[in-house]
Amino acid sequence: MSPWLALAIWLLVVATIIPVMGMAIGYAEMKISAHMQSRIGPYFAGGRFGWAQLIADGVKFFQKEDLVPDNADRPVFKMAPVLVMVGTVGLFVVIPFGPGLTPQNLDLGIFYALAISSIGTIGVLMAGWSSGNKYSLIGGLRAAGQLIAYELPLVLAVVGVVILAGTMSLDGIVQAQISWFSEAGWAWGMPFVIVQAVGLGVFFIASLAELSRIPFDMPIAESELVMGYLTEYSGFRFLFFFLAEFANMFTLSAIAATLFLGGYWVPGVPDSILQFVGPLVLLGKIALFVFVSIWLRWTFPRFREDQLQTLAWKWLVPISLANIIVTGILKVVI
Amino acid sequence: MGEELEMTVAPDMVRNLAGAAVSVELETPDMTLNIGPQHPSTHGVLRLVAKVDGERAFDVQPVIGYMHRGYEKLSEVRTYPQITALINRIDWVSGYANEIPFIVAAERLMGVEPPERAQFIRLILTEMARISSHLVFQASYPLELGAATPLFFALRDRERVLDLIEMVTGGRFHPNFNRIGGVKPAVGAGPTTRKTIQDLPAGFLAETRDAMDRVLSTADQLEDLVAGNEIVLARTKGIGILPPEVAIAYGVSGPNLRASGVGFDLRNVSDYLPYHLFDFQVPVGEAGDCWDRWWVRLEEIRQSASIVRQAVDSIPSGPLQAKVPRIIKVPAGEIYVRAENPKGEMGYYVVSDGGLGPYRLKIRSASFSNISILRWALEGTLVPDIIAIMGSLDFVLGDVDR
Repeated sequence: MSPWLALAIWLLVVATIIPVMGMAIGYAEMKISAHMQSRIGPYFAGGRFGWAQLIADGVKFFQKEDLVPDNADRPVFKMAPVLVMVGTVGLFVVIPFGPGLTPQNLDLGIFYALAISSIGTIGVLMAGWSSGNKYSLIGGLRAAGQLIAYELPLVLAVVGVVILAGTMSLDGIVQAQISWFSEAGWAWGMPFVIVQAVGLGVFFIASLAELSRIPFDMPIAESELVMGYLTEYSGFRFLFFFLAEFANMFTLSAIAATLFLGGYWVPGVPDSILQFVGPLVLLGKIALFVFVSIWLRWTFPRFREDQLQTLAWKWLVPISLANIIVTGILKVVI
Repeated sequence: MGEELEMTVAPDMVRNLAGAAVSVELETPDMTLNIGPQHPSTHGVLRLVAKVDGERAFDVQPVIGYMHRGYEKLSEVRTYPQITALINRIDWVSGYANEIPFIVAAERLMGVEPPERAQFIRLILTEMARISSHLVFQASYPLELGAATPLFFALRDRERVLDLIEMVTGGRFHPNFNRIGGVKPAVGAGPTTRKTIQDLPAGFLAETRDAMDRVLSTADQLEDLVAGNEIVLARTKGIGILPPEVAIAYGVSGPNLRASGVGFDLRNVSDYLPYHLFDFQVPVGEAGDCWDRWWVRLEEIRQSASIVRQAVDSIPSGPLQAKVPRIIKVPAGEIYVRAENPKGEMGYYVVSDGGLGPYRLKIRSASFSNISILRWALEGTLVPDIIAIMGSLDFVLGDVDR
């Protein structure tokens, strides 16, 4: 197979999987929130259960006029949604879907993932700055403030796992969970969550902030800033932001599942079978995180910007530092 | 050409440029943020001109008048029965309650006393209007803080209350139901005679009891969902404190005043409807912050539901309409009648010259006085708190601009 053909196939796979994942989560959000609010949710599109609602929405976005405000910074305005999408797509590269099913098993997998996930925020800042709208500007700057506050706990929460696993490769971290306690003669390993529950909590909260979902949706804050940095976006560009949000939810949940819940692995299933059921197992674990974040979104109001900074700097950072110390001691003792 | 240049460059612009050349400090100019008239949380077409420095607003100037419909002037060229159709569009969230003080004012000028059953029906519907108005607040306020779910719980049961109002009056928002000297429910055929009778629709009282039970359980549900939420507490406790003296000085009334610790309720003070027959409490807040304003309104829903239940249980039978002349002419004179509306004190000052319509009608609406405090309350707050404080005052733009 020529390398160009392989590249084309890979691109097709990526171009299908990411929107499909985004749409699946978007549909889940619509339906779950509807049932939490004594509504029915999407019902007619597609004949049953409204399954085609998001496809219909996507088609609608395609039909919209391509609007760029007069006093917008045109090139930056047009580049911002692409950059947001790039951050999301880049994350897919390192997620292990099964034994040997990692698109690219980087040695510095988790480091790469955390680095590239913050590119999206730069896209958000660009969108806010270039729109030529005061609401967008405030939203973009809030996103920047949020990035600085939340990147640190996000990274520090991962350190505990890296100490336990002894590697930064995401596949290596899964393998480490499979063979954990094997020296003690246990037949099965254990997911890291049993000693890293605090790390998981901090990681989850910080990744909600990274996704700017309620209770951390201050950059969008409909009731204050209209739509924040998205105010001036419409049509296809808006669709990009929309899909990126849900696809990002998918990837960050996948990383959380890989780090703390053992990724594609279930106890007692040999590698030969895991190759096929691994992706499904991972999807199940992702669904758990996605559900919790949807649940939180429709329960909580949003924080104020200064309360978010307080939470990040006065609570999450010290907690994750303490977690690192405890994990270090644990590693030595075990 | 040279002349034009001189005109376009303002003198202070040159001064600023010169200052920038020597200044090494980073200048952060203030930004004027125009919130409204089209904005998701200004409850209509209120406009706030906020001068902000980053997230902090140091001067917020409300601009009103986008909704002015000139009802006071329109009233001068209409007859008394026609005017009720206008005034239930003032505060459209509780349209029914707007009619009461005007009708009572006209009745008192004419010396007409409505029958007791009519007064009870007025009272029941007024309290239902209060419940539906406060449920709208319970729906919209968490939404302004970012929580969408309470909206659906509150609006679901508001719908039941509106259905009951519709059942009696034929209108959900604009009942136009009161007549001078009584009320005019939907006409139905009597069960035994062929004569048409006017009374409450069959089954109304039972359904009302049922709906009030639902309202009470929804109030509990809302309290669980909102009051048990740490983030709500963090966003509302200690935010937007209105001390009682300031609130009184600005003419703030209704739940906003009671949240500041002043237990003043016109239902206990005035006798426009027979409230003295019922047993209810007036919830009073302590701190006067956004949280207290939310809590007072939740508690008022419960009290109103209790009043409605008592009224339904003790409603007397009898006629619905006192004897009034076929063409209503109000004797010359003037009167001010005020009532405790869901948003606060609503009063009508009616001047009659003995004609078919009022010579002059002055409407004192609650929201107008309530939002006059906005500039004082919003000074030095953060942008998210602007929305939190504004929402907690619970105003309606139709009630501000009339």
